[in-house]
Amino acid sequence: MTAQTLEIKRSSASLWGTTTGIRTLPTVAKYIDTTTCIGCKACEAACQEWNDLKRVPTTQDGSYQTMPQLDADFWNLIRFNEREVDGGLMWMMRKDQCMHCAEPGCLAACPAPGAIVQYSNGIVDVNPELCIGCGYCATGCPFDVPKFHAKTSKMSKCTLCVDRVEVGLEPACVKACPTGCLNFGEKEDMVALGNARVAQLKTAGFSEAVLYDPKGVGGTGVITVLKFNRPEWYNLPADPHVPLLVRAWKSILRPLGVFAALASVIAVFGHFTTYGPKEVVGSDDTLDRPRRDDERGPQ
Amino acid sequence: MTNGWVDIKNADVILAMGGNPAENHPVGFKWFMEARKIRGAKLVAVDPRFTRTAAVADLYAPLRAGSDIAFLLGLIRYAISTGRFHSDYVKIHTNAPYIINDKFAFQDGMFSGFDPTTKQYAKESWAYEGNPAAQGSYTVDMTLQHPRCVFQLLKAHVERYTPEVVEQICGTPKDTFLKVADIVTSTGNAARVGTLTYALGWTQHSIGVQIIRAGAMLQLLLGNVGRPGGGVNAFRGHSNIQGATDTGGTFEILPGYLKTPTSQFQTLKDYNEAGVPTTLNKQAWASMNYWSNYSKFMVSLLKALYGNAATKENDFGYTWMPKVDGNYSWMYMFDDMYKGSSMRAGGKEPGPEGFITFGMNPVALGPNSKKMIAALSKLKWMVVVENVEIETARFWDAPKEYGGAAPSQIPTEVYLLPATSFAEKDGTFTNSARWLQWKWKALDPPGQAKADQEIISRIFLAVQALYRKEGGALPEQVLNVSWSYANPANPDLAEVLKEMNGKALADLKDPKDPTKVVKTAGQQIDGFGQLMDDGSTMCGNWLHSGVFTEAGNNAQRRSNADPSGLGMFPNWAFSWPANRRIMYNRASADANGAPWDPTRVGIKWNGEKWVGDTPDMKPDAPPGTFGAFIMLPEGVGRLFAAGLNDGPFPEHYEPVEAPIDNPLHPHVTSNPVALKFASDKDSIGKKEDFPIVCTTYRLTEMFHYWTKHQQGGVLNELQPDFFVEIPEALAHEKGIANGSTVKVTSARGAIEGVAMVTKRLRPMKIDGKNLWQIGFPIHWGFMAAKDHTGPLANFLTASVGDPNTWTPEYKAFLVKLDKA
Amino acid sequence: MDLSRRSFLKVSTVGSAVALGFDLSKAHAEMREFKISRTTETRSICPYCAVSCGVIIHTLGDKSKNATASVVHIEGDPDHPISRGSLCPKGITLKDDINNPNRLKAPKVRRPGSDKWEDISWDDAIKGIARHIKDTRDRTFVAKNAKGQVVNRTPGMAMIGGCTDTNEFNFLQWKAITAWGVPYRDSQARV
Repeated sequence: MTAQTLEIKRSSASLWGTTTGIRTLPTVAKYIDTTTCIGCKACEAACQEWNDLKRVPTTQDGSYQTMPQLDADFWNLIRFNEREVDGGLMWMMRKDQCMHCAEPGCLAACPAPGAIVQYSNGIVDVNPELCIGCGYCATGCPFDVPKFHAKTSKMSKCTLCVDRVEVGLEPACVKACPTGCLNFGEKEDMVALGNARVAQLKTAGFSEAVLYDPKGVGGTGVITVLKFNRPEWYNLPADPHVPLLVRAWKSILRPLGVFAALASVIAVFGHFTTYGPKEVVGSDDTLDRPRRDDERGPQ
Repeated sequence: MTNGWVDIKNADVILAMGGNPAENHPVGFKWFMEARKIRGAKLVAVDPRFTRTAAVADLYAPLRAGSDIAFLLGLIRYAISTGRFHSDYVKIHTNAPYIINDKFAFQDGMFSGFDPTTKQYAKESWAYEGNPAAQGSYTVDMTLQHPRCVFQLLKAHVERYTPEVVEQICGTPKDTFLKVADIVTSTGNAARVGTLTYALGWTQHSIGVQIIRAGAMLQLLLGNVGRPGGGVNAFRGHSNIQGATDTGGTFEILPGYLKTPTSQFQTLKDYNEAGVPTTLNKQAWASMNYWSNYSKFMVSLLKALYGNAATKENDFGYTWMPKVDGNYSWMYMFDDMYKGSSMRAGGKEPGPEGFITFGMNPVALGPNSKKMIAALSKLKWMVVVENVEIETARFWDAPKEYGGAAPSQIPTEVYLLPATSFAEKDGTFTNSARWLQWKWKALDPPGQAKADQEIISRIFLAVQALYRKEGGALPEQVLNVSWSYANPANPDLAEVLKEMNGKALADLKDPKDPTKVVKTAGQQIDGFGQLMDDGSTMCGNWLHSGVFTEAGNNAQRRSNADPSGLGMFPNWAFSWPANRRIMYNRASADANGAPWDPTRVGIKWNGEKWVGDTPDMKPDAPPGTFGAFIMLPEGVGRLFAAGLNDGPFPEHYEPVEAPIDNPLHPHVTSNPVALKFASDKDSIGKKEDFPIVCTTYRLTEMFHYWTKHQQGGVLNELQPDFFVEIPEALAHEKGIANGSTVKVTSARGAIEGVAMVTKRLRPMKIDGKNLWQIGFPIHWGFMAAKDHTGPLANFLTASVGDPNTWTPEYKAFLVKLDKA
Repeated sequence: MDLSRRSFLKVSTVGSAVALGFDLSKAHAEMREFKISRTTETRSICPYCAVSCGVIIHTLGDKSKNATASVVHIEGDPDHPISRGSLCPKGITLKDDINNPNRLKAPKVRRPGSDKWEDISWDDAIKGIARHIKDTRDRTFVAKNAKGQVVNRTPGMAMIGGCTDTNEFNFLQWKAITAWGVPYRDSQARV
């Protein structure tokens, strides 16, 4: 079967997308309720299986968490944190994955035409055939999501199961989720669901409860209910923004001309910066960043 | 489970104790979350560890592994002393008003009737007053005031379990316990319902049955049994552990929970009579005493077993059935195997020299791995039917630390036969909620692997052929078993399911109108109500009767219509017995047959009959005719139960490996009748040498001892290696760093694993002393996918167990902990 | 230029199409096809815990005579009233259990005192096992116990199994055990 083509709203290193305006699709979103997540990892397994991803060698080093951070072959990771709050123990589990930002920093940073696209339903996707493996998308991401695949020299990340969504199904992780802490639908509906849950939590005495849908990236296609308005407790940045340099590239440099030659120059530059210190990408994203690769949360 | 998985959504309160449902039954746990979402239900998790269930619970209460009875009796005491129990329910649906005879006593940790030489209880004094068995009736006090009525005896028995004593024994802070008590007893009325969920965290103790009884008693007092959203719900751990038990998978029962014949019953008549309890009448509340149909179930089973060879004249073949003397369950099996013999009825008999295991891995599953391996090393032959090469198949090559002999010294001939996975065969599984669900075959097995039904059939037919040719010991026992399937070497499972459902062998007449024929010979029967004890019906399992009728295979039904909205799904698959979705559902209604809660109707009396779920009651018997618990001779739920081997009431006893002397009665620390063995491989640790309490459990990412074998599987990526969970403060004290290697030693052996240092296990103050608990998951072993082998958890556990079920005490034993 | 979308994409990766001014990302969504669109679906029940979730097994081929099925994907059955499409990590990875390269594919035997497996045919395995059962039964059969009561049992044999298999298998197993007079029988329900 040939899949229906989704129209493209934005495309990396391109001046325009392909939206014709004839078809209008609602923006979709995934809802994550960390307060009903049991950290069972059905979502991790569903992601691995649906996407036919390779196994990442893991070791037990004193945690329930499968690995310290997302991987090019592991797009969905439950982060486990133990924390004492007011004398009570919290074992917090939060599903980490691509947030599918409305204003995606990865796409803005990408120098390869068409390698990162945002479909008209809001899903942000990497096209491996056009990806040049420069890794610049990683520097544009305030959530530390896109990962470089050493074998294929491509970047990869969660696709929000676009292949399922475009035939009318929910993402594999959402379908699998035993407790229903994941949900999927139109963004509007997911926000309503999140607001209702937050209100319920507030009534139950969690006055800090909040729906995480950060405005710094235009809102996200993955919204998260947190019991405490302390995103950093969940390895989330408190106020994520697309790094300054990336924004500069997107708004100033790119309109000057999109040429393959220039793109490759940028690519080399981008590859360098990715594996250099994170701070070079600008000062506005250094606070409240997610934990670095080597900082795995306790359990 | 008395109720169903989806029914949990109807609860107002969920007490998760003795189990970690979020971890072990995550999809069933969906309905816990649903109850919270739609009813605002409160979820209370009580566990030695702060678990995945605790992580999303409304309230978590820690307790020391093995102290559950103290906690539960504390809850019962709270309910009684505050009046927060469902007194109308208790009066009509329990034996609370029954008067107990004056010889019953409980003193210094012992019930009346203990014989110190046999270390067993004589149970004569644990009885209702008078001689109800002979007279058929006895006295009750509906005011519950008589000092020897069950209610008052229970009240006196639990009086010691104050919140302070609960804290002293369990380590649960008093204020946390009181919060739990407040939430749980909020259901002790008609308007609210609470469910109780447990699993092997209760079963695997030397006091396991009494823990579960304490839970069931609490539910009876609160009026929660039989009601939608209530019940006592055991979450079973394997896809068909329920079905295997229903089908006579254990030595003491036959299919349908009929009793395995013992040597004292030499004729079918004696056997059948012993199977029928005397009805105990309590005025209007008589018991249906459904076991009065025992002989119909048994004769129909014998007709299924022996076919035409079973006749009235030969007692339907009863004499060919093996009779048992004493105990042949797991730990006895391997103890006798190790010893090579056993004493039965005063004489010495051989022990097992041959052993067959289908889809099970006893070396990993059984307690005390060293003893397991030593026992298998004594065998002449063994057959392992499996999907992968498991520890049991390779026991002769176990790593040195397991203490086995060199392969050259092990005489066992081992056959390893490749079997099919679930996807490669059809047939039914019975889930924890008693639903028999058909599954369809998706593909052929790999290589030469064969379906288990073909393997057992081919072996069976080959043995029959040998006896036919050569004769031998009592050949009738072998030759008369009927195997008359269309394809005997590989029976169609639908044909076997029909055999289990049962059919008429002669025309069956309507008992109310003998001119009418209900079933003609050869037709499938509709249910166990049609079974006869004259040989005119056959039925492989009366409980499954109704699963494959003339209407077809009901296990294949797939209507997810739910007319009541309560999640019963009456036309999805088939639920034994009689497609009933909630057991004891008569108790969901009051004395007049009106539901306690009109919004959650189990069944109700409409003036002519019971409507709603399939009634657990004669459908046209008006309220007041029969008690709600139709299988019991009293017809009511038992707060006082005389049948168990360790007391009519639960009492707190320490595990066999006790970390402290019992604070309530220091001279009777552990269960006085706990099961123990005395071989040279059975050592018990003392608290002075092994001061730390240890418990074992499963992880959601792994399944038992199966998934470790998945080469290149996702699950071995999610949980790659064995680990030991250690409280932060203990790790600090011992200088153990997170992720370092530690050694855990019990009186049986030592294993090493990765330290997981956590806040989720906390230091406990027990009986005034500091006490540590650690724990580890069970899923590893010396056979696994590459890079995923690990120690067998049961290397450290002991062959000790419950005196009623003979289940090993895996959940609380003593260890010491060191840096490796 | 008459290019199918797919070949068009191939051209595009070379990079020359950029110069043509086309936006190559247009056809991108087609690249990831819906992988189970024409698989054969079989409804089954998860073999792990006793919730008994409904699973749909997706196999390659349409079950025609010349197609050899293999499992390509497993997903929850949304119609199942308990699981409603969801599965735990074990259920969702059942493919790894069925397709496990470590699966046993042929009968084996380890002879007394040996340190290795040998191959054996099914016929020889069944023959050898049946002979063991008969000899053990004949050797250890107890017709009467020490009290003189008829007991007709074979204490020389023990058997466990069933909790991972169908009810129908369990019934067949019970019949066989009874035929052999085996008193030692148990299952996972005990431990």
